[in-house]
Amino acid sequence: MKKTLRSLAAATALAAVGAVSALPAWAADTIKVGILHSLSGTMAISETTLKDAMLMMIDDLNKQGGLLGKQVEPVVVDPASNWPLFAEKARELLEKDKVDVMFGCWTSVSRKSVLPVVEDLNGLLFYPVQYEGEESSRNVFYTGAAPNQQAIPAVDYLMNDLGVKRWVLAGTDYVYPRTTNKILEQYLIDKGVAPADIMVNYTPFGHADWQTIVSDVKKFGSAGKKTAVVSTINGDANVPFYKELANQGIKANDIPVVAFSVGEEELAGIDTKPLVGHLAAWNYFMSEDSPANAAFIKKWHAFTKDTKRVTNDPMEAHFIGFNMWVQAVRQAGTTDVDAVRQAMYGQKVANLTGGVSEMMPNHHITKPVLIGEIQPDGQFATVWQTEGLVAGDAWSDFIPESKKLNADWTYPWVCGNCEKPKFAPLAGM
Amino acid sequence: MSRILAALGVLVALMFAPLAPAHADDAAFAAAVAGLDQKSFPKRAEAVATLGTLGHARTETVLRALADGTLFARKEDRQVVIGRLSGDAYSLSDAATGAPAGSAPSGELAKIIANNQMRGQIQDILGRFLLFSTDAEDRIRAADQVLSNPDASAVAQVRNALKTENEPAVRQRLERALAAALLSGGGTTEERLAAVQTLGNTNEPALRGLIQRTAANDADDAVRAAATSALAAIDRRLVFLDMGQNLVFGLSLGSVLLLAAIGLAITFGVMGVINMAHGEMIMLGAYTTFVVQQAFRAYLPPDLFGLYLVVAVPMAFVVAGAVGVAMERSVIRFLYGRPLETLLATWGISLMLQQAIRSSFGATNREVANPAWMSGAMDFLGLTLTTNRIVIIIFAAAVVLALAAFLRWSAMGLNMRAVTQNRSMAAAMGIPTGRVDALTFGLGSGIAGVAGVALSQVSNVSPSLGQGYIVDSFMVVVFGGVGSLWGTVVGAMSLGIVNKFLEPYSGAVLAKILVLVIIILFIQKRPRGLFALRGRFVE
Repeated sequence: MKKTLRSLAAATALAAVGAVSALPAWAADTIKVGILHSLSGTMAISETTLKDAMLMMIDDLNKQGGLLGKQVEPVVVDPASNWPLFAEKARELLEKDKVDVMFGCWTSVSRKSVLPVVEDLNGLLFYPVQYEGEESSRNVFYTGAAPNQQAIPAVDYLMNDLGVKRWVLAGTDYVYPRTTNKILEQYLIDKGVAPADIMVNYTPFGHADWQTIVSDVKKFGSAGKKTAVVSTINGDANVPFYKELANQGIKANDIPVVAFSVGEEELAGIDTKPLVGHLAAWNYFMSEDSPANAAFIKKWHAFTKDTKRVTNDPMEAHFIGFNMWVQAVRQAGTTDVDAVRQAMYGQKVANLTGGVSEMMPNHHITKPVLIGEIQPDGQFATVWQTEGLVAGDAWSDFIPESKKLNADWTYPWVCGNCEKPKFAPLAGM
Repeated sequence: MSRILAALGVLVALMFAPLAPAHADDAAFAAAVAGLDQKSFPKRAEAVATLGTLGHARTETVLRALADGTLFARKEDRQVVIGRLSGDAYSLSDAATGAPAGSAPSGELAKIIANNQMRGQIQDILGRFLLFSTDAEDRIRAADQVLSNPDASAVAQVRNALKTENEPAVRQRLERALAAALLSGGGTTEERLAAVQTLGNTNEPALRGLIQRTAANDADDAVRAAATSALAAIDRRLVFLDMGQNLVFGLSLGSVLLLAAIGLAITFGVMGVINMAHGEMIMLGAYTTFVVQQAFRAYLPPDLFGLYLVVAVPMAFVVAGAVGVAMERSVIRFLYGRPLETLLATWGISLMLQQAIRSSFGATNREVANPAWMSGAMDFLGLTLTTNRIVIIIFAAAVVLALAAFLRWSAMGLNMRAVTQNRSMAAAMGIPTGRVDALTFGLGSGIAGVAGVALSQVSNVSPSLGQGYIVDSFMVVVFGGVGSLWGTVVGAMSLGIVNKFLEPYSGAVLAKILVLVIIILFIQKRPRGLFALRGRFVE
């Protein structure tokens, strides 16, 4: 037994050495794309899909002849939902694998952990998830929604179209919900909502026992004013939350819940029948009726060999980000980070909802905002959307100290959090 | 274009309506049905409202189809049809007339989607139809619907329904519904006073809100005074009810903790193995439930579906138990008496099991449906008891009793106790200690698997399911007293109840921290937990 184990280990080691030594032979004339998504641990549930989506798009690009006459080679690493490991893996990708660009991260804390590394080594990171804003790094492009591209329009919809007067802001206790709720609370108060009509609630990660909170929400909602829950509850905790809502008999037309972190992928793990009518705000739904989306879904099903796999908003963000990067590389004629960054501004890419997204000088993009209601089949039906596209705002106008800050990486501003431009116009020009 | 034509057609029909009074209703109805197929949701909602006021014979059919998502517009001529899926295509009937309209594949049909507002409207309209249903259950539900969403416009219908209602249970509900509708507006002063009296004994938050608004806003002094005193009485009752509710919540959280910890009470408590893979045994149980559910869906008729949980319990026990036995025989038995190595090895096993499940089932959550008998809630003395929580409390109690009985009275249980209390003496008596160790570990793991069946009903089924319960489980066992089954029971229940009484004041995050602090302080005072084992066997 022991002997077989030892020989097995030896064989594995040999195979690994073989794989490593095989790399340089064809790595010399490829363009390397680092994929920094957790494939194990708690976030694997969401991030594995994004890794697959990236592989699909790279595969697709290679079939069309690659980039600058070279093949594109994905380098996949697994930061295992371990935030400090994200920084180590990012460093490994940049220093050892010498990747030209990275696509990755999901949680804000993982992005914050990678931030010093990409800034130090002048790398490029495309971040595909909706987040709390309040950040603009020279080395990160944010293709997910900023709060003004998701939270604020959703609250507007509830307020104006559904006549909501009382608000429950429920979230998981970490940076994204805390910041988003801070922005929303200020926004609601600015709109004339009394502080007594706002209930803020935080729960730990993976919270499973929602009895007390749901019964509190029910009490809060019985004051005769239309009440809604704005949920920034993260991933895993959502299933027991929605189950408890359904069991305590709270229906979407009594107290609708609008969620910012629940998409098609998350709904795939829930029996959605009791949830019909609850809402989500995103910039993309799989149910969007556009030719680009139909083609994307078809490719995705073919790539995963599974016609039941769903697509979701962060996948679309990677789709936009990857295509923008490809265009910028083509325009710059090189993968050099500084040249590509310069070419990124103003880069336009057709998104999957029928519009054209553009990269802004603050490293955020323009996106449509969609509100969808959960359908019995686990999809969303769009019930409202913004006219045209909304540009992402790095610094919120509803946090007093951020209001004065501006992010603009083009001349003369050239900074991510300035009150005035870094450079004055040259005298005499 | 075709939509304009349809609208024109409707207009023409409307123009001729006076000539053909018998069809006037039909034409207006058809126009409203055609109005459902519009892009703007507010316009669709208008059409729904019109349908509700028309009171046509087919109103109910059309609205129900809209609510169920079986109402379509045929893409080629924008005819509004009701589709019934037969095979790959839908067989269609005209929504307005009910006449058959051929069949079409789903690609040629555009589903007419209802939004929240429309669904609410439909519920109200259909609910009022149901007031006159022949089925008493339906009438009760309709009355409750009015009660939970009272509106002055319902007064006339509820009065009509009361005229013909003979069932006392339904009558009582209708009277309350009428009172609520009258208070929401439209009642005379006397009627509103009587309504406050009728509703004064309520514990429902929604009705309390109604009375509170009456106390604040009613035009009449007497009504306001009556409402104010009714409100005070309600609030006095609610103080007790809140405590009762917290107690029930606490028991239910406690029984979840108990289920998660009871297997560990054996593997850690009795055998002393620090089993970091305990959570993964729970996870295996939950995945077994998922597999059994899929098998039921695929091979058995739908009316047997509710029984899948009953089958899943023994299956989960066997699967998790077998993995437990394999773990004990292949790894843990070499590590007895070396807690650090055991901790690291079982931690490694837990990661391997997680990754194995992730590779075979995928990283995403798996959907485990609550069977009908585990959904919904019931009202008990004004407390809302959700059925699945009640079932879990009963189930936890049953598992503990069965386990206690097994350890107390079965031969195997006797052997287990003998081996854990004095291994060498037990061996001298001829008990195969190695086999007993394996089976004890298997028993603990199997029970963790059974817990997984219950947890799949309240939580998500994902590879990291067990991670969320491992710390809580150790906490319960250490707090309750290592080695004591009853200690685990009392420990789980008290942690659950303390947590739930703290939560309303401190919030969920702080409650969890406070409980942890309380346990640490308690362990300082009593290092062996609530129920410490005494005697010479305690090392």
